[in-house]
Amino acid sequence: MANVPKDLRYTREHEWARQEGDRVRVGITAYAQEQLGDVVFVELPKVGAKVVASKNFGVVESVKAVSDLFAPVSGEVVEINGELPNKPETVNQDPYGKGWMIVVKPSSKTEWDQLLTAPQYEEFLAKGGH
Amino acid sequence: MATPLKRTPLYHAHVKAGARMVPFGGWEMPVQYTGIVEEHRAVRTAVGLFDVSHMGEFDVEGPGALAALQHLTTNDVASLQPGQIQYSVLCYPNGTVVDDLTVYRVGDERYMLTVNAGNIDKDWAWVNEHPGKDARWRNASEGTGLIAVQGPKAEALVGRLADRDVTAIGYYRFARGTVAGVPALISRTGYTGEDGFELYAPADHTEKLWSALMEAGRADGVAPIGLGARDTLRLEMKYALYGNDIDDSTNALEAGLGWVVKPAKGDFIGKDALEKIRDEGLQRKLVGIEMAERAVARHGYPVLKDGRGVGVVTSGSYGPAVDKYIAMAYVETALAAVGTALDVEIRGQAKPARVVKTPFYPSRVKKA
Repeated sequence: MANVPKDLRYTREHEWARQEGDRVRVGITAYAQEQLGDVVFVELPKVGAKVVASKNFGVVESVKAVSDLFAPVSGEVVEINGELPNKPETVNQDPYGKGWMIVVKPSSKTEWDQLLTAPQYEEFLAKGGH
Repeated sequence: MATPLKRTPLYHAHVKAGARMVPFGGWEMPVQYTGIVEEHRAVRTAVGLFDVSHMGEFDVEGPGALAALQHLTTNDVASLQPGQIQYSVLCYPNGTVVDDLTVYRVGDERYMLTVNAGNIDKDWAWVNEHPGKDARWRNASEGTGLIAVQGPKAEALVGRLADRDVTAIGYYRFARGTVAGVPALISRTGYTGEDGFELYAPADHTEKLWSALMEAGRADGVAPIGLGARDTLRLEMKYALYGNDIDDSTNALEAGLGWVVKPAKGDFIGKDALEKIRDEGLQRKLVGIEMAERAVARHGYPVLKDGRGVGVVTSGSYGPAVDKYIAMAYVETALAAVGTALDVEIRGQAKPARVVKTPFYPSRVKKA
């Protein structure tokens, strides 16, 4: 079973979100990177871009597949992981750490509570993850 | 209702080894075991085992077998001696491709054809429409297992288990023998650009052969390889994949398969059309392209020149051994020269690329 850290929230599209003060850091889960296989390309928005919850904010590609990235919360992108475009394999190696993707300054306080908790995400994975 | 997926004799071995199984051409096949990039590198640096038992085998024999094959295939079967193999194409009358295949001369009047898994039924129907006279056909696909052993250590591995000297088998030649006690047709062929063998064995002995190769290859760093790495390995060699780069909408010449089209041998299906195409000149060519930056060109993406559509990508990926983003694409003949700057449209954006020399990665097959 893929690693699902207790302190994070999750989407049904397999992104994770971590509350860091008034900001939210976003990446894809261990399950997502396992399913994708070797990540060879990551496309992220620019700092200052607006993202919308459940809408596409970027793209991750493995050798075999193209996958959209979905924002867990709405808001402004205040930081991006500039290492990823040159080291996409970091997403496989450390999905919850160095493989993070963007940091968002959320525009809504209620969206966070709609994200899956770790037990809910684990249950979602146990049922097949889609 | 969907047709249930077929399984090879090695299905349970794959599941036990933790492979991720996916549908491919009507079969349930391993796409990867540990990861495509790692598996790709294992084949380039050591040795990998591929289950290709899903591929089809047809036997044809009799006094009319040669004439039947001369009519069906584009290459010159008369040049084939017993023990030799040739790459060839089945064409439609308009010169487009029914399938690509290998033809084995297994006896004086006996041949074996190896065809793509997803095309077995179509090809079987096709050869039965054009069976020739005095030629008996048999579809041996179900009873035949096939394991490819590929990589710089393949010769040593197969050699340790074989009852004969496999170093004496040249490229595109085969011999019969036993490997790990299993009766096999030992064929010096492959789809990776590495030296290696393809071992045809009875279906009910295939798992024994696979286990023996895994066991005996442990010190060589042997690894099972899924379809994912099979695809990236063949892409680095610019080997065509039926359904991606060639099909019933591409003719054999524009696909770069003119080297196996031999009109001088006499009449064959597609000859008139292909000669006409050769005389008039190709409209487009299948070329290798390299992306200027990190960007994955995939099947179906448009190829542009100064914003104008000039072609289409047929296969593309990150190439793990060349460490570049590479692709195959049909482009207008005038833009097919090595060095030509092009763009590939990826999600609405034109990404720079150029036509490059192929294979992308130098071939290391053993030359006879």
